[in-house]
Amino acid sequence: MTEKLSVKNLCKIFGDDPDAALAQLRAGRSKDEILKQTGMTVGVQDANFSVGQGEIFVVMGLSGSGKSTLVRMLNRLIEPTAGEVRIDGEDIVSADPEQLRQIRLKKIAMVFQHFALFPHKTVAENVEYGLKVQGVPAAERRRRAIAALEQVGLEPWADHRPQALSGGMQQRVGLARGLAVDPEVLLMDEPFSALDPLIRRDMQQELIELQRKLKMTIVFITHDLHEALILGDHIAIMKEGRFVQIGTAEEIVGEPADDYVSAFTQDIDRAKVFAADSVMAEPQALELSKDTPRSALERMTELKRNALYVLDGDRIAGVVTYRGLAGATSGHGGDLGAALIREYPAIESAAKLYRLYDLARGELPVAVLDDGRLVGVARQGDIFKQLAAGAGEAEGAARQPAPAGA
Amino acid sequence: MWQPSDSITLPLGDWVDGFVKGWLAPNFRGVFHAIGWPVDQVLQSLSGFLHAVPMPVFTIVVALIAWWAAGRGVAIFSFLALLVLDLIHVWSDTMTTLAMILTAVVFCAAVGVPLGIAAARSDRFARILRPILDIMQTIPPFVYLVPIVMLFGVGMVPGIIATIIFALPPIVRLTNLGIRNVQAELVEAAYAFGSTPRQVLWEVQIPLALRTIMAGLNQTLMLALSMVVIAALIGAGGLGLEVYTGLGRLDIGAATEGGLGIVLIAIILDRITQALGEQRDATAPGLLDTLKSLFRPGRPGRQARQEPRQAA
Repeated sequence: MTEKLSVKNLCKIFGDDPDAALAQLRAGRSKDEILKQTGMTVGVQDANFSVGQGEIFVVMGLSGSGKSTLVRMLNRLIEPTAGEVRIDGEDIVSADPEQLRQIRLKKIAMVFQHFALFPHKTVAENVEYGLKVQGVPAAERRRRAIAALEQVGLEPWADHRPQALSGGMQQRVGLARGLAVDPEVLLMDEPFSALDPLIRRDMQQELIELQRKLKMTIVFITHDLHEALILGDHIAIMKEGRFVQIGTAEEIVGEPADDYVSAFTQDIDRAKVFAADSVMAEPQALELSKDTPRSALERMTELKRNALYVLDGDRIAGVVTYRGLAGATSGHGGDLGAALIREYPAIESAAKLYRLYDLARGELPVAVLDDGRLVGVARQGDIFKQLAAGAGEAEGAARQPAPAGA
Repeated sequence: MWQPSDSITLPLGDWVDGFVKGWLAPNFRGVFHAIGWPVDQVLQSLSGFLHAVPMPVFTIVVALIAWWAAGRGVAIFSFLALLVLDLIHVWSDTMTTLAMILTAVVFCAAVGVPLGIAAARSDRFARILRPILDIMQTIPPFVYLVPIVMLFGVGMVPGIIATIIFALPPIVRLTNLGIRNVQAELVEAAYAFGSTPRQVLWEVQIPLALRTIMAGLNQTLMLALSMVVIAALIGAGGLGLEVYTGLGRLDIGAATEGGLGIVLIAIILDRITQALGEQRDATAPGLLDTLKSLFRPGRPGRQARQEPRQAA
């Protein structure tokens, strides 16, 4: 994955003499000490991250953590005190005003928390705004605005005022306004936090679907860890102007960097974060052509398993159980195929655990597939162990290591 | 008992006298003529136009404008008021006064809106401007009538200059306020999409501040009307002169006719400009939207609540 946006040592200090405070910060003083001594506030301290092409990078933090300041420094609505922001290697922080304007016109669009739609313009005119300031002719920008509105399902409302729309619809207009300029990076500053919970969930789904189609590079700000986990390819947890952890959803929930992060993650539904591959064990599959019922039984005893999958070349032929085989060997020894169960539960490796609940209820282990190939088996016990890991932490019990993937 | 003035005199009056008469008036006559010239041009053309339009035509046009802007009630009122002004034989004076205050308001807007915009964009400029506006609003107009006469002479133009000084502050203040009150997120959004400061001003700030600016214009207009009589002291004609001469001769009838004319004009202009300001109300759906929504299946609100299911 190519790197689209990279941020290095980005700092923001609010106050009269930010450079002096920056020097103190570099000398290792804490945010509180600097505030007490100089009266200056450290908004963001040494943010470092990079976002790959087509990735959603979520910055999650509570209010006052500096996340809104951070996202505004990416297009310099707030001037950074120090550090660099690069899109495709081009530094934004050192750009002159005209270069900056070109970058804002063509490369970065933004979606705002309270929508920030212009109330004196129609929905279509709002969506056209970025194109209008680019100088795109009226007919062309109307066409592109309608196309963007179609993406979010609002083209029938093109000639209404935004105030006539509900909050969710208004934010879709905000999203369409961002999409219309076909940006390389889309900044979303808590876009869904002003919406009702139900509408918020719809919007999250819609964003995921849009993202599947458009493969945008998105920096998404939120104060809601659930939202971060659903949307983020990578997630940064921010506290008091600093990143305390950056990682995938599974890393954040599975290995929280400190108490602050684990406090957030403890009531997260782990079944929606972890994928099947986090609980699967080596398949230890049998070969239909080589193995016999006897060798299969020996293998199960050795592995302490009640069932094993049987491969026919690359393909899964089926699954055999201890009980089924025990009957078969006593009767007519020899053929593994006779005991083969051809109906077996299977799931893709990227599927979240909650989808495994029903499948794992039977006595057969669930086959975990990657492109139709058997990569592991998921057993009921391992699933529960993964789900219980968070609860154990919450109660202060010793943390169980997350079961290793295959 | 002794007091300081018994021994020392601060000759402030002499200084000002000397400054204005001895230096400003002779040396800068040309400058003040140049300032007066555009005012005179606008006044002449407005006055010529208003006097040329036949009374019935003018009355009907104003009534129609009032209807379009403010509704039937104001239209009927405007029609009757203008009819009364004609019946009491002050029509020509009314047109003179109207030309005068419209000229003053045109210049107030031309100067005041840019000043207000500049003040909204620069805190320092706003800090400098504020005491000047305070002085303009608190100083009694009589005080600056004399220097104005010295510098501009007597007649309509100096009357209008005095009116401009008196009526300018509200439009400056309210333009400043209107632009500063535009939601920061909207301005941020405009910049985020790469607008130049000029585009932000024209596309976002001025349209959204328009309602407040119109309120300022309305206030300026009202202040200009209240200067009509005072401006008559230095030779401005019209309804003000009617009142002024009525006062001098204790002719209560003439003064009342002039006074009534001013009041009626004030009400008509006030209602129309107020209504124009409210039409620009950006937060309410426009008239067209409201009408359209009557013919849609389901109001916008109801549609909105169905929307999650459509999305799912």
